[in-house]
Amino acid sequence: MSRVPQSHLDAAAVNRPLRGRVAIAGAATYGCGEAPGMDDMTLLVRAAHAAVADAGLTMQDIDGLATCSVNASMWTMPVIEHLGINPTYVDGTMIGGSSFIAHLLPAMRALEAGQCKAVLVCYGSAQRSATFGRKEGVAARRFLDPQPYEHPYEPVLPVAAYALAAARHMHEFGTTREQLAEVAVAARAWAQKNPEAFMRDPLTIEDVLSARPIASPLGVRDCCLVTDGGGAIVLTRAERARDLPRPPVYVLGNATAIWNRQISCMPDLTTTAAAQSGAQAFAMAGLKAADMDMAQVYDAFTINTILFLEDLGFCAKGEGGAFVAAGGIAPGGRLAVNTNGGGLSCVHPGMYGIFALIEAVRQLRGETGARQLSKHRTAVVHGNGGTLSSQSTAVLGTAETL
Amino acid sequence: MHLSAQTHYQAELDAGRFCLQHCPQCQNHVFTPRELCPHCGASPLRWVRASGLGTVYSATTIARKADAGGNYNVALIDLDEGVRMMSRVEGVAPEAVHIGQRVQAHVAHKDGRGLVLFQPAVQGGAE
Repeated sequence: MSRVPQSHLDAAAVNRPLRGRVAIAGAATYGCGEAPGMDDMTLLVRAAHAAVADAGLTMQDIDGLATCSVNASMWTMPVIEHLGINPTYVDGTMIGGSSFIAHLLPAMRALEAGQCKAVLVCYGSAQRSATFGRKEGVAARRFLDPQPYEHPYEPVLPVAAYALAAARHMHEFGTTREQLAEVAVAARAWAQKNPEAFMRDPLTIEDVLSARPIASPLGVRDCCLVTDGGGAIVLTRAERARDLPRPPVYVLGNATAIWNRQISCMPDLTTTAAAQSGAQAFAMAGLKAADMDMAQVYDAFTINTILFLEDLGFCAKGEGGAFVAAGGIAPGGRLAVNTNGGGLSCVHPGMYGIFALIEAVRQLRGETGARQLSKHRTAVVHGNGGTLSSQSTAVLGTAETL
Repeated sequence: MHLSAQTHYQAELDAGRFCLQHCPQCQNHVFTPRELCPHCGASPLRWVRASGLGTVYSATTIARKADAGGNYNVALIDLDEGVRMMSRVEGVAPEAVHIGQRVQAHVAHKDGRGLVLFQPAVQGGAE
């Protein structure tokens, strides 16, 4: 936390008047897991349609759009065609998997200024089923988004970058492979309570440790799923959300921080820019980690969860391994983390951030069935993009947190 | 004609020379190559020969099928000049590369292009 300048916390506190002024009025997923015959746009449009209906609105009410794609750099344009909307506010910012969480604050400003009345944040990817798949995408991006100081060494990105961070965390703090495995086992235990989760078979620490090696110290069970899926939320001003059918989920804080693109340019592999985005989001919300009833964090790999719990302030730097040990983040543990099963066991169609947001919304509304938390007033949602590159944190709350 | 920093770096490597940039204003070394000093914003940066001596900051063994060449190492190396780079440590089993290990760079050629690789330093230095 020491690397976050006071000026940045002051800048975040300036956003305090926006605290709770905007709410998530609708949320939906579509086609999570395997969706053969689908494409990115179909999954997005289906999820968008369901989220708009969930908000008690029609597509003609949508006058703001935030979306992006791994493959298409001008993605907002075909999305506008497919949805048949004519927005007065458009955001196509693409910073990887954290994008949809990073889309919140600019949308809040636009809503508060009166530039638009309802913003749709949406994503879809048929990464698992598409014929133009992950392999081709990685090959194409070598030309479109070159990393000439890493690619010649064939690091198998993104997993090699996270493996390097995990190895360094183990070296500095004594974090163990068993503690990394605890993250995957906890995610699976939550997934078993979620009918939408893609992988629900029992999973033990031993299963994770003996799984096929990918990039040491990470094996295949330390890595997120490759699934299909679409997700969308609808944002409106708080006053309007209160007139809509669903319980409003208020955005209390949001901030985004980026310190690097390439893992080799990351200043310290054991501290991510979540230390900055988290501190800023909490400063805007006027809350802290200890006030959170749950954490929905971007678990692309098991090390992510440990890094983000530390950087967001749930424990001190280096103590993340001990925090997750002995079922610390599993059902019944000290903190509810990734209650849908996360990117490790529920859904991960290339960019996971929107699904972390949707799970927080569902928990805060009290509609998650067997996995519903008894305390569900506050949530921190954290997104990650690139190779520990972009970090965006949102603090959400129910009406009683206003 | 001004060459891009990437083109200049690669041309030096192709000629067998491993070069870094150095900022004449704040005296920091700079890697990866770029147009402006990331510490103080100064330009232009000066090209200097790298010592090639460094310490492994982190390392991973990438699993690869034996018929595709087998497992290999990818590492982040902190050069003695104070900059970090991705590379591979070869000349030792990939699993044997460890954090804190002293390593020495050399320029290899792959498909006619220069590439910085490392091997364990002969004189261990301060390990």
